Amino acid sequence: MTDEQIKQAIIGIINDINPDEDTSNINPGERLRDQLDLDSMDFLDIVMELRKRYGVHVPDTDYEHLASLDSCVGYLRDKMAGKELVS
Amino acid sequence: MSHYDAIIIGAGMSGLGAGIRLAMFDKRVVVLERHYVWGGLNSFYQYKGHQFDVGLHAMTNYAERGAKGLPLTRLLKQLRIRWDELDLHQQGHSAVSFPGAKLKFSNDFELLRSEVATAFPDQIDGFDALTTAVREFNELDLTAPTLNAREIVESHISNPMLVDMIFCPLMFYGSARENDMDWDQFVVMFKSIFFEGFARPQAGVRHILKLLIDRYRKAGGELRMKTGVQRVLHENGRAIGVELDNGETLTADTVLSSAGLVETEKLCGAASLAARAGQRPAPQGKLSFTETINVLDKPAREIGIDETIIFFSNTERFNYAKPDALCDTSSGVICMPGNFDLPEPPNDHLVRITNIANFDRWNELKRNSGADIPVRAEADARTGMSAPPDAYNTAKREWYTRSCDHVLGHIPDFRPHTKLVDMFTPRTIRHYTGHEGGAVYGSPTKRRTGASGIEGLYIIGTDQGFLGIIGAMLSGISMANRWVLQRDNATVETT
Repeated sequence: MTDEQIKQAIIGIINDINPDEDTSNINPGERLRDQLDLDSMDFLDIVMELRKRYGVHVPDTDYEHLASLDSCVGYLRDKMAGKELVS
Repeated sequence: MSHYDAIIIGAGMSGLGAGIRLAMFDKRVVVLERHYVWGGLNSFYQYKGHQFDVGLHAMTNYAERGAKGLPLTRLLKQLRIRWDELDLHQQGHSAVSFPGAKLKFSNDFELLRSEVATAFPDQIDGFDALTTAVREFNELDLTAPTLNAREIVESHISNPMLVDMIFCPLMFYGSARENDMDWDQFVVMFKSIFFEGFARPQAGVRHILKLLIDRYRKAGGELRMKTGVQRVLHENGRAIGVELDNGETLTADTVLSSAGLVETEKLCGAASLAARAGQRPAPQGKLSFTETINVLDKPAREIGIDETIIFFSNTERFNYAKPDALCDTSSGVICMPGNFDLPEPPNDHLVRITNIANFDRWNELKRNSGADIPVRAEADARTGMSAPPDAYNTAKREWYTRSCDHVLGHIPDFRPHTKLVDMFTPRTIRHYTGHEGGAVYGSPTKRRTGASGIEGLYIIGTDQGFLGIIGAMLSGISMANRWVLQRDNATVETT
């Protein structure tokens, strides 16, 4: 999976969690929490969807790496290698 | 014998909320419901061709589409429901009506504030201070100490009637305690009613339940109706499953019970559960209600009733306590569901009146077998029913009349326009919800973390402590997250 696809994977999950949210203008360097209505329950959902869709496990202690799209890419690049984007 | 990741007792708002979460993440889950209809405390029924809701006057916690950080938005995200799927329509305005004073409020908090400023000019600074205290309190902190709300409210507001006027709607819509509330529950109710406000779907509670059931089934959850739980099975302080009324045994890693705290303790063998938790058995709630549903021949607005909901007391001091008599008709809630801002005219024009009632008094009344007879005598002639009424139905008639008479200081006389009446009592509530004593809001003791004293068995719904329909669903959701999904995620690498 390319870096761009990893971002799309995360945005796809956020769109499913909150269909009423506009995700078209997310700044990848900025914290997701500061741009979108995401609380800790939603981060649990992102983690669980990553597991369900891509078989990727993110332990509680690593949640901080999911703060922004850029940090997601850095953290998930190895874990998502060789996986197909689920739409 | 079937084994599940989770068994959920009760297909009410909390059970379905929890079920959707677990099914969504591929857990093997079953929801067990003793009755043939779902919804629990917020259900529906049909009577003489009319569709009535039980419980639901209004959904509290209204939020606009996309509003950030509010309970409704949180709920929608957790259940993956779009805002417009709920089909919410806001109230016009409601009121708290006491002798010589009336405070209107709507989903715009400024209306209530200006009403207080006008009616109680010397109290507005205190009211503002109370509002700030409510705003700043984090009700989601489950570890906060339990404080008494009355003490805090009285420290800001010195006029006793205004104190009671503020408490009145909050107590009627959620308090399991007599004449006081836990501060965190007060905050939850204050925000959900006064800051956020009322709305309802055109089709009422049915619409919400249908959404939940569809979502649950689509996610792969199993629902078993007419399936009561006889016992929760546990070994060495750990829940292992349930035994059904028909003797069948189901096993599970986790059991989530929305049956109520007292009721769940009974399912486990009350003594053993309380002893394990190092606690006395939970006290049974004392607060139950009667409700009369009047079907009018024209919209309530056409006979001069403009409010959506009126919370009233005919005495300056509001007494939120179990009455000695069958009912306390000196206070209550009057709901006109047709006065929500609905896109279509409602099927029926209703006036619903809720009063506090005494379960034990209703329960001891003799009742003949067979169908209830209509509560209004004149209806008898029409339906041709001539059986002599039993004590229970005689009491229904008597208290129906009093209940209607005692709201006439707050709304115009609607009685000549009534064409059909139904009434339910604390007995009805116990029958359909299983809540001991018909205690609508459960036990005054809450288990905010869900812990029951038995590992693997958790309390959800009313007795977990989140209130209202949105609160109940969030209760199921947050307990499913906490006790199943988060744990699962924390242990996945070692299993």
